[in-house]
Amino acid sequence: MADSKITIALAGNPNSGKTTLFNSLTGSNQFVGNWPGVTVEKKEGKLKGNKDVLIEDLPGIYSLSPYTSEEVVSRNFLVDENPDAILNIVDSTNLERNLYLTTQLLELGIPTVIALNMTDLVEKSGDNIDTKKLSERLGVQMAEISALKGTGIDEASKLAVNAAQSKKAPKPAVFSKDVEDALREIEGLLVNVPEHLKRWYAVKLFERDQKLPENIAAYASQAEAIITKIETAHDDDSESIITNERYEYIASVLNGCYGKKKAGELSTSDKIDQIVTNRWLALPIFAAVMWLVYYISVTTIGTFVTDWTNDGLFGDGYYLFGNGRAEYTEAMNEYYTENVWTDEVKANVDKAVEAGITGADDIQAAIADGDYEAFDEAYGFYGSELDEKENGVYSISDTVDTALAEDAPLPANEDYGKWVPGIPVLVENLLDGMGVNDFIKSLVLDGIVAGVGAVLGFVPQMFVLFAFLAFLEACGYMARVAFVMDRIFRRFGLSGKSFIPVLIGTGCGVPGVMASRTIENERDRRMTVMTTTFIPCGAKLPIIALIASALFRKASWVAPSAYFLGMAAIIISGIILKKTKMFAGEPAPFVMELPAYHWPTLTNILRSMWERGWSFIKKAGSIILLSSIVIWLGSTFGWTDGSFGWNPDLELESSVLGAIGNAVKWIFAPLGFAEIKATIATVMGLVAKEEVVGVFGVLDFEGLSKLAGYSFLAFNLLCAPCFAAIGAIRREMNSAKWTWFAIGWQCLLAYIAAFIIYQLGSLFTGTGNIIGGILAIALCALIIWLMVRPYNESQTAKA
Amino acid sequence: MKTLRDVAIGETAKVVKIHGTGAVKRRIMDMGITKGVEVYVRKEAPLGDPLELTVRGYELSLRKADAEMIEVA
Repeated sequence: MADSKITIALAGNPNSGKTTLFNSLTGSNQFVGNWPGVTVEKKEGKLKGNKDVLIEDLPGIYSLSPYTSEEVVSRNFLVDENPDAILNIVDSTNLERNLYLTTQLLELGIPTVIALNMTDLVEKSGDNIDTKKLSERLGVQMAEISALKGTGIDEASKLAVNAAQSKKAPKPAVFSKDVEDALREIEGLLVNVPEHLKRWYAVKLFERDQKLPENIAAYASQAEAIITKIETAHDDDSESIITNERYEYIASVLNGCYGKKKAGELSTSDKIDQIVTNRWLALPIFAAVMWLVYYISVTTIGTFVTDWTNDGLFGDGYYLFGNGRAEYTEAMNEYYTENVWTDEVKANVDKAVEAGITGADDIQAAIADGDYEAFDEAYGFYGSELDEKENGVYSISDTVDTALAEDAPLPANEDYGKWVPGIPVLVENLLDGMGVNDFIKSLVLDGIVAGVGAVLGFVPQMFVLFAFLAFLEACGYMARVAFVMDRIFRRFGLSGKSFIPVLIGTGCGVPGVMASRTIENERDRRMTVMTTTFIPCGAKLPIIALIASALFRKASWVAPSAYFLGMAAIIISGIILKKTKMFAGEPAPFVMELPAYHWPTLTNILRSMWERGWSFIKKAGSIILLSSIVIWLGSTFGWTDGSFGWNPDLELESSVLGAIGNAVKWIFAPLGFAEIKATIATVMGLVAKEEVVGVFGVLDFEGLSKLAGYSFLAFNLLCAPCFAAIGAIRREMNSAKWTWFAIGWQCLLAYIAAFIIYQLGSLFTGTGNIIGGILAIALCALIIWLMVRPYNESQTAKA
Repeated sequence: MKTLRDVAIGETAKVVKIHGTGAVKRRIMDMGITKGVEVYVRKEAPLGDPLELTVRGYELSLRKADAEMIEVA
């Protein structure tokens, strides 16, 4: 967007209405990205009605300190890119603290204009602001606006454009005489520094700012004597002196042009807060809100739309508006009753149930219910189990296959309503029509369409979820979530807001990881992104079910133990990682504004939902597409009867993937499952966790001990998530290094957990070896030491 | 030394000095808790920490451990 002639930076506090103003300034003309190297969102857009003006939306910030990535990104932009003007949005219901940022912006020598937001609310509350007088005193032009109602915005943008053209630098805040003298003295030292930046750098040198460019930092030693003198006089450090001076300057400016009615009665927001963060009601309300969000986005709408996307749009097809679905199901049930569930099948299933064969009871129940879908699922899952047992005594596959292949045709979808074929069907027809060869057809259908479909299946529930999150954030509740939950989560190096990603993660890790966007602190956000996928997501449930039914006779403790394992992994990771160098760094102060409750606008919510959803589709989509193709190539290229080539019906063991699995399976020997299939299953789990079940059917557990099976489960639950979730992690980390670190950590932890489970378990059952046992005990000790070892905690993290 | 942590819920105190250094101190001061300002301790979170304060006309939440850095009169 370099063709724009004027760049205006939009700056302001969080919760000041900046997003709403940016949306009305630019309309749909927006570009959303990331600031390089940090997980801070970057937005820019062209001014509505004037294509020559580019609006750069800076992150919502309270200050231009060197301590948070949002603030550093903002100051670097203002100093290095030198925009033509700054449009500073100021929340007039919170004037003093908002003007604090203004005093810092005015030092940059960039023409500045203030958009005074929510003046209507100030008047309503009985306070009054003399805008004209305030504007004169600050030496900055002001426009009264209401971002919510859309008033005054044209005037504000006009003022900003005029200011940009005038190129007139504003006058900075005036401090007390001794500080001013000291700053002037430091300014005098600076040579080869652009005139307009001298005041800025002088103040930063005075504050002993650590993030200055080298040529400026070189003056630090010369300035030291000047600074120390003032520090002694004020009995405070120089950084605090400046902060104090700013607030005193604001007080002097506001004196006489800002009349505040004595606070006494409670505002509506205060009344809401008395209930929402009430000592007794806060936690029940929190639980209710979370349940509602989860229930609607993951359980009801989410599942419904996701099922439709996976089975309908990216499956065989669907009935328009569901008309005909019930009739078709009934016809299918009748067909199965007549043709498939013959007396022979029923007798064999009953015998299998009596013999206690895994899964036979599921098949029996489906037949009893007359439910063909349940039968197909159970038969697909356990059918072969019945065949293998006792030389086919319980076998039902012959009868079922014959029945399905008989002359009696299956009910056709088209006969029961308006049937819309799914995309794979349409694409297949199209490719058949074009007469492409099987290779291309398989690539498109099994590689690309299946891969894209796997991603798009998550998108609907993500959109629902993001709408909820946008609402909770915009109305002010999200800050209360952090307030209420902080005490629990900070012990694990997480934020109070980490609860939401983890909760969402039980449905799907992809939106879970992306929900971490609401956490402001970069360190907490990274930690949350790294640990969210430990919790078993919906796609891991089939793996749990598989192990539970194949090895533990559906013992009721298996599933809860998987959740326990996930929670333990989150907590242990949190405690260990927060003590490492990567997460140490700057302490993360929990000094958070609790903004007044207010109704968000629908446009803001929809826009936020769309931006997050779309950015996932773009970024994660490309990664998943590529990886699906690679996996597809690996599983369809291989050796058929000794010669290498492409074969769509290849057995997995003879594919390239199988060869790789065979070559690396020794890695899993200490975990008890050095099997080619287990290895392939783990790799296929990267595409989607439910693939593990597809590769590693019930039969393959025959050779595995219970312990090895559980170790396999533990590893697959904790190791790197599917490509979709990795894509989301990449998207949120905005750094290849951090993404690899996250995945590496997850795999390492998974390996150690499975190792300990298998080795210690074998030791207890008397089959283990001494070395493995000792190693496992040593690893346990190491983990405990890493968790309890003392470290130099920041002032915030103690207590 | 009396700190903000010692102020009872529902009481107002005047800030005398902010102790500590670096990012945490700067952040606390950036948010408007500076020498001479009046801070009203509105409530504590249901689990006992953090605190909710009213300062310069808005609501701010602060951990008790950080409140110890703020000396009040």
